[in-house]
Amino acid sequence: MLIDWFTVGAQALNFIVLVWLMKRFLYKPVLAAIDAREKRIASQLADADKKKAAAQSERADLQHKNDAFDQERAALLAKANADADAERQKLLDAARAAADALAAARRVSMASDARTLDQALRQRAQDEVFAVARQALTDLATVDLESSVCELFIARLRSLESTALQEMAAALKSANDGAIVRTAFALPTAQRTAVHKAVNETFGVKLTLHYEVAPALVGGIELSANGHKVAWSIADYLASLERGVHELLKPAAAPSPAGNAA
Amino acid sequence: MRLSPDEWIFWQHGFVKLNATIVFTWALMGVLVLGSALVTRKLSTGRTQSRWQSLLEIVLTAILQQIEEVGLAEPRRYLGFLGTLFLFVAASSLCTVIPGFESPTASLSTTVALAVSVFIAVPFFGIVVQGLGGYLKTYVQPTPVMLPFNLISEVSRTLALAVRLFGNMMSGAMIVGILLSITPFFFPVVMTMLGLLTGMVQAYIFSILAAVYIAAATRTRTPVPKPAATH
Repeated sequence: MLIDWFTVGAQALNFIVLVWLMKRFLYKPVLAAIDAREKRIASQLADADKKKAAAQSERADLQHKNDAFDQERAALLAKANADADAERQKLLDAARAAADALAAARRVSMASDARTLDQALRQRAQDEVFAVARQALTDLATVDLESSVCELFIARLRSLESTALQEMAAALKSANDGAIVRTAFALPTAQRTAVHKAVNETFGVKLTLHYEVAPALVGGIELSANGHKVAWSIADYLASLERGVHELLKPAAAPSPAGNAA
Repeated sequence: MRLSPDEWIFWQHGFVKLNATIVFTWALMGVLVLGSALVTRKLSTGRTQSRWQSLLEIVLTAILQQIEEVGLAEPRRYLGFLGTLFLFVAASSLCTVIPGFESPTASLSTTVALAVSVFIAVPFFGIVVQGLGGYLKTYVQPTPVMLPFNLISEVSRTLALAVRLFGNMMSGAMIVGILLSITPFFFPVVMTMLGLLTGMVQAYIFSILAAVYIAAATRTRTPVPKPAATH
């Protein structure tokens, strides 16, 4: 007999016991572990979804802030550009004004320098010319020239205008110490007498004349008393010549700065 | 040559005996329970887990999936019975590679015991799910005339289940033994491999058939709508 009914019963019992044991030691713990893991995973997924939603919200918020920041930055940049343009224009205007002022000052300075130089040149030329003339006349001075000069002086005295004549006469009369006659050279007696006589006759006074030698008169003769004087000398001619030369060398009217700037 | 491990008796007192079928069943039970206890002692619910835990989870998940695919709505309710059925038969088949091991399923007594267990489990789960009345109604469906045929079907399929498992398991062991005596080197290895495969297939078929029977017993029959009357 292939079927042993005791063994069948025992095996059935064994199988039932095995079912219970396997439930106890295998199925329940493993299924519990699977459930716990699934629950944990579900929880983590839910948490991740929540975090994802939060992150998306935060990202949207950040995007919004970024947009606002970009707009603000663009506005600030535009304002900064405008300010920079204005400042640049202002600085350019200031620099242009400063350059114009400097240019004007430079022109004024150059004109002044030119004038100074011109004046110095003219002065130097005059000085040289007249020094040469003086030297030449001094070298040429002779008795004949001196007598001629005296004659010319006397002629001048006699031809004085009435006003000058009266003023000089008053001055001579008020001079207690007498008048002074200065000459570039020592007058000979004949010329002193002639001059004395001419003075007395011209101004109607009798006074003492003191004679002094003044080489600076350049071949001239001068009568002075009490702050008034009558003189003739080649220096007068030289002075007249100098004035003429000044008039001739006077620069044309200085051009206006505005005209140059334009 | 023994046809059944029942004939290998270790101890006997009256009709109570301790044969190889029972002893090796206990050994197998010990291995299964002890292994399960060892693996489930330190179960992890975190990201990392042991390979044994992974293996057990894969096996249990596959069994649950198969039960669900058969049509049972709550697979966890049947996992204890069907899962143990599969694991016991599969382990018995796998252990045949151990020299000296006599597979319990090579005994008709064991397969009959398993078939009887299925025979009891089918109405048990049917009554649990549908109630006593609901379950008994299934025997008179679609008409009360079918009652004897349903009863015969119930008994015969249980008998067929037992004989099928026994035949397959025993034949595998017998063929290996015969080939071992004829060609001791090459064919036994091949046949053993084939026997392992056959054993696994038998374990699967046995469990699936049990699941199908339980599913048939627990399935609520929905009334067929009558066609509309035409004039």
